[in-house]
Amino acid sequence: MVVTSQGEPKTPTPPPSAAVTTTATAPGSTPRIRKTRSARRASRYAPTRSAAARRRDLPVALLLIIPSVVGFAVFYAYPTLRGIYLSFTDFHVLTPPHWVGLANFHQMFGDDVFWHSLLVTVYFVILAVVFGTLASLVTAVVLHRVTKSSALRGVILLPFLISNVIAALVWQWMLDPSLGVVSLVLQHLTGHSILFFGSSAWAIPSLAAISIWKWMGYYSLLIFAGLQTIPSTIYEAGRVDGAGEVQMFRRLTVPLLRPILVMVVVLTVINSFQVFDIVQVTTQGGPANASNVLQMYIYSKAFRQFDFGYAATLSLALFALLITVTFTQLRLARANESDLS
Amino acid sequence: MAVTLAPGRAATARPRPRKNRRSLSPGRIVAWTYLGIVVLITLFPFYWILRTALSNNYKLSTHPSSPLPVGFTWGAFERVLGIASTADAQAQGGSGAAINIALYLRNSLIYASVQTVLIVLFASAGAYAFSRLHWRGRNLVFNILITALMVPSVFTLLPNFVFVKDLGLTNTFAGLILPGALFQAFTLFFLRQFMLGLSNEVEEAAILDGAGPLRIFFRIVLPMSSAPIATVSLLMFVNAWNDYFWPLLITNSQDVEPLTLALGVFKQSSPQAAPDWAGLMAAALVAALPMLLLFVAFGKRIVNSIGFSGLK
Repeated sequence: MVVTSQGEPKTPTPPPSAAVTTTATAPGSTPRIRKTRSARRASRYAPTRSAAARRRDLPVALLLIIPSVVGFAVFYAYPTLRGIYLSFTDFHVLTPPHWVGLANFHQMFGDDVFWHSLLVTVYFVILAVVFGTLASLVTAVVLHRVTKSSALRGVILLPFLISNVIAALVWQWMLDPSLGVVSLVLQHLTGHSILFFGSSAWAIPSLAAISIWKWMGYYSLLIFAGLQTIPSTIYEAGRVDGAGEVQMFRRLTVPLLRPILVMVVVLTVINSFQVFDIVQVTTQGGPANASNVLQMYIYSKAFRQFDFGYAATLSLALFALLITVTFTQLRLARANESDLS
Repeated sequence: MAVTLAPGRAATARPRPRKNRRSLSPGRIVAWTYLGIVVLITLFPFYWILRTALSNNYKLSTHPSSPLPVGFTWGAFERVLGIASTADAQAQGGSGAAINIALYLRNSLIYASVQTVLIVLFASAGAYAFSRLHWRGRNLVFNILITALMVPSVFTLLPNFVFVKDLGLTNTFAGLILPGALFQAFTLFFLRQFMLGLSNEVEEAAILDGAGPLRIFFRIVLPMSSAPIATVSLLMFVNAWNDYFWPLLITNSQDVEPLTLALGVFKQSSPQAAPDWAGLMAAALVAALPMLLLFVAFGKRIVNSIGFSGLK
């Protein structure tokens, strides 16, 4: 997330996560070159190299970055600017957009469905962030303490590899009120039956549960990778000082993991604000707008009512919201700093 | 580790205190129980997909919570693959309407593999120019490109749809693939980050031997980066295979629609009141199969790449 420009490659920096990755360079692919002689020559050659190289590298560099620059300009920069423009227009696809100033924004502030969508989305985000992060953290710490098995880590990553659509379908089937196995077992145990997707109260929690099921393994492995960077000497020192497991978790693990926890929370927030696939497959926003999350509302405005101008305004609002929330989180949590360094 | 360091424990009477402690400690029992529950919750839906797919859809309602397939049959798979007759399909609770899953599989394969090959090729080229070559404005251009990380897809999707529609590329593979094939900030960032860390020696030796920048790229830097390139290819392939929103906007013909869309449509278009859950689960399994195979083949690489991509 946090992008910093790197130093000149003349002073080679180690790969950013050398400590946690095993995907290292294959040295076997090194071409046959007499190193000692070339190194001697290189040191003599070095002072003049930079300027000469700059001149010679430029045309090749420009050639190689053409696809990236074109892709960025055509599919990121241009649509971003166009999206901002469209949000000030009345645009119904068939006729050209015409400028209406702030009318869409006035409409948005008075739009009860929009505010309700926002509320429902925030509810979803809070559930996904709180329970998702908690479950991922506990799972990662427990995994790290009791086993190094990468097979087990692979197993919990499985849901991450299948599509949202399949995750949504299977959970909808298992939560089906009359035939779903989870519903039947719950009914057997508690005597009550829950309409997971059919009731306003349960629609959002059910969707959040699917989302957590799908992403927990991925976030656990991110945190797990973070745990592997904490030197074990710290824990040994803690143990010598007489700290118990719980105390070490609170006083050592959590503070040292802060950067990665912040990243997990930020990623969850960004992903959850844009939740769409599982809603579209299961509830389509219902019942009675109970799960009409922002992205769903934008989609139905644009592709069911063909009101592209207003849909662009709603997207702009979501974009602004995401940026604000992300920067606030990063600032509050001082994500770049770890107590380790 | 714990026992040898803790003062006062060294003189314990038990012959192998460490082993005993490890297997008997209540903490470890709780931990393993927790992990068992997590694994159960993770894997149970996969089992339930299989169990339902092997059931007879009509008989599902008679034993809805039976842990084994109800009225075991391959019928659901036959329906999905289009080799069951309409009468057979309806007798087992299917809709009788054919979904041509082979066609959707082909579409998904084209979409995911072409996009993966292109984006990885272009990103490697870009990453090389932004890491190993020296030219004025290099960091400036890179920092501009990387701002794309901040723009959420929701914001570019609508204008991109309008743009692709203006080009007349809706319902074509070009329209489906192109927006994600030229540039994705994460791929470029990931590969550049790796290439920055490569050692200079080999490259400088090659320069002295008269190799130009392009030759160095293809002969030295690309082979040396094969591990991260493989990783990022896997991630891109999985992403494209599971993509839903962009194909939903851009396609509505079965000549280009990928599998993810077909599944959703399959569910909604079942003409009977009760959906053909057995058929749906069989289709889901077929759709997920390539990912599961990739997982079996490259599981370890995927698992390790999570740490790498996350801690960028």
